[in-house]
Amino acid sequence: MEGDIANMGQFIGAGLAAIGSGAAAIGVGHVAGNFLSGALRNPSAAAAQTATLFIGIAFAEALGIFSFLVALLLMFAV
Amino acid sequence: MAKDIVLAQVEGQPDLDALIVTEDGAAIGVTEGGEAVVLVDDHAEAPGMPQLNFETFPNQIFWLVVTLAAIYYLLSRVALPRIGAVLAERQGTITNDIAAAEDLRQKADEAEKAYDKALADARAESQRIAAEGRAEVQRDLDKAIAKADADIAARTAESEKEIAAIRDEAAASVEQVAREAAEEIVRVLGGNPEDADLESAVSERMRGVRV
Amino acid sequence: MAVDTAVDHGAEAAGPGSNIHPMDQFIVTPLFGEGEVAWYTLTNVTLWMAITVLCIFALLVLGTRGRAIVPTRTQSVAELAYGFVYKMVEDVTGREGLKYFPYIMTLFMFIVFANFLGLLPMAFTTTSHIAVTAVLALAVFITVTVIGFVKNGSAFLGLFWVSSAPLALRPVLAIIELISYFVRPVSHSIRLAGNLMAGHAVIKVFAGFAISAVIAPLSILAITAVYGLEVLVAFIQAYVFTILTCVYLKDALHPHH
Repeated sequence: MEGDIANMGQFIGAGLAAIGSGAAAIGVGHVAGNFLSGALRNPSAAAAQTATLFIGIAFAEALGIFSFLVALLLMFAV
Repeated sequence: MAKDIVLAQVEGQPDLDALIVTEDGAAIGVTEGGEAVVLVDDHAEAPGMPQLNFETFPNQIFWLVVTLAAIYYLLSRVALPRIGAVLAERQGTITNDIAAAEDLRQKADEAEKAYDKALADARAESQRIAAEGRAEVQRDLDKAIAKADADIAARTAESEKEIAAIRDEAAASVEQVAREAAEEIVRVLGGNPEDADLESAVSERMRGVRV
Repeated sequence: MAVDTAVDHGAEAAGPGSNIHPMDQFIVTPLFGEGEVAWYTLTNVTLWMAITVLCIFALLVLGTRGRAIVPTRTQSVAELAYGFVYKMVEDVTGREGLKYFPYIMTLFMFIVFANFLGLLPMAFTTTSHIAVTAVLALAVFITVTVIGFVKNGSAFLGLFWVSSAPLALRPVLAIIELISYFVRPVSHSIRLAGNLMAGHAVIKVFAGFAISAVIAPLSILAITAVYGLEVLVAFIQAYVFTILTCVYLKDALHPHH
């Protein structure tokens, strides 16, 4: 294993792909934060929009999961 | 990648005599003593991510379909109709209870109305009785007043008649006296008292006196 | 002749000197004996799916057998689950979507129980496998597409033709809509499997760190925190999968934007 260039590339690639998870975290934070600021402005309308909130979070999070998956594939499957 | 590992491992174990790589991916090293050591066994160990081991896909899909079918059967045949029925029944019970409460409230309202009506009737009755009594008293009173009025009127009429008779009598007396006085005056003055003019003049004068 | 396994493939792949195997918990193994995993083999997948079915049976069938007007504790949980999914279907798809309520309830109950059972120590998480979630998502995708075409005929294609956009933009939007429509089952399935796989792998990685006595307390704290998050994720992912199913169903029933 020592000095294996191909493996090094894999691990570096996996690490880079994991950055995407952090980016997804920013996205999820944006969704939740904006929902909260909207909900505090108009609390009566907030309850009806929780489903939309979760759908938005799910979409944002899915992309982070994709990058996580790429990292996993590089680590274990290539 | 598997080959690399095999080679690396063989380098790490210099006492191997020979390396056999079998068809299904297992690598077996043979040591000097003739003992076999399994170096890599792809056969027992899934490579990398177990999620991407396509050999297990038919198994998982088959059991998933069986599971979903079982759950769907359980839910659609037993659980969901039952829970739906229970919820509907509870809703029905609540509705019935509300209806019963409404019914009772209505009955209470009716009872109150009947009480009010009885009270109003009694009040009307009492008023009627009072009015009747008052009317009777009034009638008696009226009768008494009328009777009294009639008495008074009769007596007044009688008195007036007497007064009239007295006045007529008085007037007649006055005329008599006036005529006699006039005759006397005429006689004293030397006139003829049997003159018809005297009679008419006295009557003429008396008309103004008579009331 | 003594034969013993000298090399663990997974350990080597995870890096030199490392003995953390975060992915080993997802390996499908036969329950009895060794050998090939054929499509009919009884495996740990079979076991945990059977436990899932039993739990659903216990909650929704045994729990409600009293049919009580004033519910017992189990029955009120079952009614809560029923009401939760029923309201979700009704709110998102409208009344005509209620015909598909048993199907959506099946999906929800399976996913939520598989997720929670997977959180038990030593358990196998069936929903962390792409094969399982892909079948679930493809079933939804195919069902919804078929319903869309059966209910609306060719008017279902209006889903891709955004009539509120300027005319020049519409063909471009149509291509984007078409692509996003076909990406739906991919993201639908990978979201669920990926979330669970990620959470379980992270727990395993922290557990591996606990080998060192110095780091162990920190590692246990981290596992506790991640476990709490995973309990949340287990429910939210089931909810998200179900509500997205409802949204896709709504698109099929009312394809006009």
